[in-house]
Amino acid sequence: MSRYTAITPADLDAMLAAIGVGSVQEIFDRQIPEAVRLDRALDLPDGLAEQDVYEHLRALAARNTSAEDELSFLGAGMYDHYVPALIDMLMERSEFLTPYTPYQPEISQGGLQVMFEYQTAISELTGLAVSNASVYEGPSAVAAAGYLAKLHNGRHKFVVSTGMHPHAIETLRTHAHGYGMDLVEVPLTGGVTDQGAWAAAIDGDTSAAFFAQPNFYGAVEDAEALSAAAKASAVTEATPTGAGVRAGSAVGSGGRDPIVVAQVDPIALGILKPPGECGVDVAVGEGQALGNRLDFGGPSFGFFAAREEYLRRMPGRIAGETQDVDGRRGFVLTLQTREQHIRREKATSNICTSQALNALAGVVYLTWLGRRGIVELGELLLARTHYARETLTGLQGVEKLHDQPVIREFALRLDGDVAAVRRRCSEQGVNPGVDLHALTGRAEDRGGLLVALTERRSRADIDRLADVLGAAVAAEPRAAVPV
Amino acid sequence: MTTGAGTETPLQLERARTIFEKGAPGRRAFQCPARDVPEVDSEQLLPARFKRTEPPRLPEVSEPEIVRHYVSISKRNFDLDSGFYPLGSCTMKHNPRLHERVAGLSGHARLHPLQDPERAQGALELMWNLQGALAEISGLPHVSLQPSAGSHGELAGVLLTRAYHEDRGETRRKVLTPDTAHGTNPATVTMAGLEVVKLATNPDGGIDLDDLRAKADSEVACLMLTNPNTLGLFDQNIAEIAAIVHGVGATLYYDGANLNAVMGISRPGDMGFDIVHFNLHKSFTQPHGGGGPGSGPIAVSARIAPFLPRPIVVRCDDANGGDTNGTAPAPVFDLDYGNGPEGSKSIGRLRGFHGNYGCFVRAYAYICSLGGDGLRDASEAAVVNANYLLARLSERGIADYLPLAYGELCLHEFVLSGGPMKRELKIKTLDLAKRLLDFGFHPPTVYFPLLVEEALMVEPTETETKETLDAFAEAIGAILREAAEDPEIARQAPYTTPVRRLDEVGAAKQPVIRQAL
Repeated sequence: MSRYTAITPADLDAMLAAIGVGSVQEIFDRQIPEAVRLDRALDLPDGLAEQDVYEHLRALAARNTSAEDELSFLGAGMYDHYVPALIDMLMERSEFLTPYTPYQPEISQGGLQVMFEYQTAISELTGLAVSNASVYEGPSAVAAAGYLAKLHNGRHKFVVSTGMHPHAIETLRTHAHGYGMDLVEVPLTGGVTDQGAWAAAIDGDTSAAFFAQPNFYGAVEDAEALSAAAKASAVTEATPTGAGVRAGSAVGSGGRDPIVVAQVDPIALGILKPPGECGVDVAVGEGQALGNRLDFGGPSFGFFAAREEYLRRMPGRIAGETQDVDGRRGFVLTLQTREQHIRREKATSNICTSQALNALAGVVYLTWLGRRGIVELGELLLARTHYARETLTGLQGVEKLHDQPVIREFALRLDGDVAAVRRRCSEQGVNPGVDLHALTGRAEDRGGLLVALTERRSRADIDRLADVLGAAVAAEPRAAVPV
Repeated sequence: MTTGAGTETPLQLERARTIFEKGAPGRRAFQCPARDVPEVDSEQLLPARFKRTEPPRLPEVSEPEIVRHYVSISKRNFDLDSGFYPLGSCTMKHNPRLHERVAGLSGHARLHPLQDPERAQGALELMWNLQGALAEISGLPHVSLQPSAGSHGELAGVLLTRAYHEDRGETRRKVLTPDTAHGTNPATVTMAGLEVVKLATNPDGGIDLDDLRAKADSEVACLMLTNPNTLGLFDQNIAEIAAIVHGVGATLYYDGANLNAVMGISRPGDMGFDIVHFNLHKSFTQPHGGGGPGSGPIAVSARIAPFLPRPIVVRCDDANGGDTNGTAPAPVFDLDYGNGPEGSKSIGRLRGFHGNYGCFVRAYAYICSLGGDGLRDASEAAVVNANYLLARLSERGIADYLPLAYGELCLHEFVLSGGPMKRELKIKTLDLAKRLLDFGFHPPTVYFPLLVEEALMVEPTETETKETLDAFAEAIGAILREAAEDPEIARQAPYTTPVRRLDEVGAAKQPVIRQAL
């Protein structure tokens, strides 16, 4: 009997008698062939008292340098935003923490209403009519958008801007290989997607075209131009001879346009034009910045919003409003015929468990920020990021990787070995950002440093970063990097 | 029990209002930090053509309003901390609060995923230890923690199988799944670009071996199996199944949804499986959160290992633990991105970063609490509880209407058929489930597996007391007796929940999926 079980010897006697067996072992002996029974104890350490488990996990935590322990400018997909205390309180409430998926709506109205509110907030933020109740996280949300496109138009090519998060590109490639898609990458010019190459890559066999807003290097993309070019290219490129036959009909796609997918930073959407107003069909992204902890990369949530016409091809759970038999307003999981437990091999996705608790944090965070707060936060980040970028590029040996507008993150090129510079900064308690080449492996990212801000990094913090980074770069031998 | 019909409970009297229908212009909870940098014309920083013209119509509410709103609607949820949740195949076991405390320590919770490995040694050691524990529990030595949930682990497994065959120069299109399989299995196969071939179930509830032999050929990539299966039965022929599948060169995939029956008792690797996924949110106490987060690590045999998603945590045994000149100690644990020749066979990433680390912390804390013997005890208690509840539900007055669908004993769960109940008492499984809500119980999983008429799938888990199991059995008996008198009571149930039966057909016909603003 462990501290989580409750069968006393007296209980066991009564239970075995009721079952009609002489021992627990007999239950297993009668059901599991001896050849596949484990004839020894598991080779794991002995169990520990609660306080000892706490001490062990605390000691492990103490060997990590968290954003609490250093002045951190790490970003690249996850950000050290302040999480208001009320989110901790709500996420730890039994009523939100411990239920299963709301398959019994009469006793799950709280969770279902949260999903409905979450969907409303995500639709409003993205300017797109429909949102699901969450998917796993950012990069796999991109892959899920790809699968929607594949189901929608049956074409065979994904066109992907190099400005997408590298993890998103890799994840899309892994998933796309499964259902037989080719993936074509479009390079950047001046820090943003090369519009000529983008238009040239998209043709009548393009199922979906993907870009990030802002992109991985922090730059704001011209989302409207990219969306428009994607639609126009597909029509003009592959028009067969017959009049009135639209692009793509040759591959049996029913003449549908390629789907334009944007991976967006939800924090930036307080001030950036929403994807729905830029011609984007599906907006997805990493939701961690909205009220979720860093947690060394998860769990967080992915959001998934689309134009109305894609509603019945959406992956995952969707809450809908309805009435009970007495006319009370209520919420249910709806359009379940899309899902794996009903549709099985014809489902629009295999997703089952997603990220309900993390999505709760997301909608509470958006509520906490509120209509004006999300704009104020965006403006603050815009101003501080500009200050940081100008201050740092004023340092000897530090220059911008690109000149595009940025919101909360920007890329620099250091004259010196980035790993060595970062080590020097770290000795001063400052983590200046992500080593771009180490993350992407791209030759053009050598010397690159990606610096991210949140509202937790004040002007004084930025000034300290400038002091420490300036000294670290100055201390490194010059021209270690080919220009 | 009375129905309470005619009098509304306080929760029923509350009309549901969303947060978007509350508040007033000008109210706020967020106080923006001071603008401490020089003002710059924002047009200069972000051209107007990129800017949002109207703020998103998010709520305008004060902090107390937010707290009251979400606390109020939380009370419209049933939850595991409040009551029994015998939901088959979901393993709704107790969620120790210790896990929330340790996962919330800043060294775990505020650790950035791109922190340098030498400054994340505690996290990597935890992941290394968890990989080792899962390898030992499954009997398969190579582990990736990356998949985000069970179905994501399944996708990893099928993609691994595909990569394994492709590496051998073979194209195999078919994946065999029994007709009792979880819906995620066939959905996953399609997403991986392969085809589902269904296998029949034999009269004992296991795989029909003749059907398997007939369908196992050189085009089969994989057999996906849950063992014990969704009937709660261990397939007696597992060794022969493995021999048939391996005999045609295919792999054997273990859906770990039912692992809670066999921890420390029988290992998928020893049964002949090549790939297994775990549900850390089932067997290993990650709270289910009303529908996630989950975590779905996979363990595989040596021949599948080269194809695992990257990165994985490795231990550098030649590291000396610290260099002599007093600077940073050399890292002992590192992330292997597979940049070497071996790694080039990896199927690639399945998601960003390293997986759901917060779930790893909780699962690891659980394994530390129980140890090897404790995990075995947990499975034994789960099986005793399930068999005891089955025995109570086999009593006269219950089993006449809700007979066990297959077998005599079970492992961690069992499936009853509501067919006789429907015919003789004129209430369906759905009605029984809804009436259970009035008795304060979460119903079992209903209408699954599909091959059982009016199925009820019951999994009590090891963390429930005998008293709770007795109370549940008595409630079932009471509902059946009540139905014999007046079936209409169950047909109209529930009566006491915050809302009563909801119009799901209407919701799907004209979907309203967001608040009109």
